[in-house]
Amino acid sequence: MREVAVIGVGMNSWGELWEKSHRAIWTEAALQAIEDAGVDHVDAMYVGCMSGGLFVGQEHLGALLSDQLGMGPIPGTRVESACASGGLSFRHAYMAVASGMHDVVLATGVEKMTDVDGAAATYALSTAADQEYECYNGITFPGLYAMMANVHMNKYGTTREQLAAVAVKNHDNGSLNPLAQFRGKVTAEQVMNSVMVADPLRVLDCSPITDGAAAVVVAPLDMARSMARSPLVRVAASAHATDAIALHDREDLAVLSSTEKAAEGAYRQAGVGTSDLSFCEVHDCFTIAEIMVSEALGLFDRGSGGAAAASGATALDGKIPINPSGGLKSKGHPVGATGIAQIREAVLQLRGECGDRQVQNARYGLTQNMGGTGASSVIHIFERA
Amino acid sequence: MEIGIVGYGAYVPRHRIKLEEIAKIWGADAPSYKRGLMLHEKSVPTPDQDTITMSVEATRHALRRSGIDPARIGAVYVGSESHPYAVKPSGTVVAEAIGATPEVHCADLEFACKAGSEGMFLGLSLVKAGEVDFALAIGADTSQGAPGDALEYSASAGAAAFLFGKDNLLAVCEETYSFMTDTPDFWRREYQFYPRHAGRFTGEPAYFKHVSSCAQGLMKKAGLTPDDLQWAVFHQPNGKFPLKVSQRLGFPKEKVEQGWLCPTLGNTYSGSSPMGLTAILDVAKPGDRILMVSYGSGAGSDGFIWRVTDAIAAVQNAAPKTRDQLENQPIYIDYGTYAKFRGKIKTLKT
Repeated sequence: MREVAVIGVGMNSWGELWEKSHRAIWTEAALQAIEDAGVDHVDAMYVGCMSGGLFVGQEHLGALLSDQLGMGPIPGTRVESACASGGLSFRHAYMAVASGMHDVVLATGVEKMTDVDGAAATYALSTAADQEYECYNGITFPGLYAMMANVHMNKYGTTREQLAAVAVKNHDNGSLNPLAQFRGKVTAEQVMNSVMVADPLRVLDCSPITDGAAAVVVAPLDMARSMARSPLVRVAASAHATDAIALHDREDLAVLSSTEKAAEGAYRQAGVGTSDLSFCEVHDCFTIAEIMVSEALGLFDRGSGGAAAASGATALDGKIPINPSGGLKSKGHPVGATGIAQIREAVLQLRGECGDRQVQNARYGLTQNMGGTGASSVIHIFERA
Repeated sequence: MEIGIVGYGAYVPRHRIKLEEIAKIWGADAPSYKRGLMLHEKSVPTPDQDTITMSVEATRHALRRSGIDPARIGAVYVGSESHPYAVKPSGTVVAEAIGATPEVHCADLEFACKAGSEGMFLGLSLVKAGEVDFALAIGADTSQGAPGDALEYSASAGAAAFLFGKDNLLAVCEETYSFMTDTPDFWRREYQFYPRHAGRFTGEPAYFKHVSSCAQGLMKKAGLTPDDLQWAVFHQPNGKFPLKVSQRLGFPKEKVEQGWLCPTLGNTYSGSSPMGLTAILDVAKPGDRILMVSYGSGAGSDGFIWRVTDAIAAVQNAAPKTRDQLENQPIYIDYGTYAKFRGKIKTLKT
């Protein structure tokens, strides 16, 4: 296996991009990444997209977007793992380069979610849950995560205030990210008094509906060195694990076992532990998700993620900053693009190019991207080489 | 030659339903809806009231303020998206009821919530061209929101009527402007009872883009700034949007509040900004300048700048004032009565 580096990143301003189409949003981000990498072509590309079919009526994205980019006839592949589609798209690009199959590969993610109304978007997202057992009974994602939150609260005493602390912190960070969808700060009181969605989760506990794309370019580390981009960012680990898709098939609703499994593999591959990490970008689709992920990554003991969030340990200047980008909560969550945007943030942090939200002396950064209620988790660790 | 308003009037139905009463039925969180919509009750028409009856009431008020012979009205335009008939004009009934027939031009207009203001532009233009001595333009609606839909909390009923002429003006029309694009934010197709809307798309790319662009274009055309204008009124789909747009345009709240009827009236669609204008005319002083910008989904905005004349003071009390109608002795009804009044109860026929 060859060592792999990320040599270029791109992302557009996220939000309700009424006047831009799915393909236009994607192409903007892809071209930015290619320009940032300083390459004139890519050998292959991957597109992470959860549901082009239900959101914009467009599938066959590998071919369509290769053509949009003017890079046909390169092999273009669409990758889907619900909200983890972006992270998995990157993993496949990584494997293609590491294996020696390709040299310069584009990994992307995109979702155009605002062309449909709220009910249609809710339905599209629900396809990440178990249609025959969960959706059949009328459950939607806020409802599923609300059940997980209730179990976590009952079992460990996690509080409403601790959930709110996650939203407050991520909006604080997002206020420093010029590409974030919601750059406004929020207070704990605003979060706890916002509209109830699914008890205990309120609207400010939830990530938004977003249009957006992100892209990165990967290449062999040796080739990257010769291209003289400095500092180089090396992929130290790539891991992927799955779990039962339906909540009722899990042993413990308060544990994200796919994230635990993927994290074990990633730490082993990178040869690092949690204390080596400078920051993490994690999948905070709901506030409770960030708390549970922080525990599954081993950053905090099981049941103590909520208290850690409330203590400031995960703030930009805390012991282990989580979601310096603002996370899904503030930056936005165009589902297929999220995993790639996390990687872009990690690369920019390791390059030291994050301006006001820069984590000082960042050396290792971890990204965790999750599908559904955690039935798939994709984790990468990056190192400033 | 100056043209403008020679008579104005509004009509507000007496029945109201509180937002809590609607929220209770649908299990919705009333405080958050009230906060979000900045609206706490809305007017409801009774079974004997519709766009035609309200148009007649508002026009009678306008005629009392103008003192003109209705037979001299040369054009009647009723703007509404809730004309009682799909085919057969509302305007013929209105014109007959007020005594404007038979030598009169007449048509019903439809452009979502800006049909009334478009009628105002047409009426003013016919007077300006010398085709008619007086023109009548009405904005009126008894709009419906689907049960449980966000629109049900705001869709209400009301009418405003304006008589235009060239002598004895109450307010001179100093400038007009219109800004329109094809923006499908809200629609109702043939045979559908309730409209559909595109959620948050109705905000920035629809309402705010058109209202802001129209207001800015209008002020630029007139060479005026918010400092030159004593009053402003905007279309009011809810309480929040007009306040937000006025803030963005640089109008302080005190210039907007008088015409901001939505918190207790609801959204009267074609009647919305025209009714706000009547409420401002009820209190305006000679020399005051008023900016009015409507909004109709689809989407477009009509803008007008009015300069109030010395004649206003003598007629402000000649007919019921708009805020008096809004505030005096409302009759509150429950959701069941509301559902009956609005034809929301459908019985199965065997």
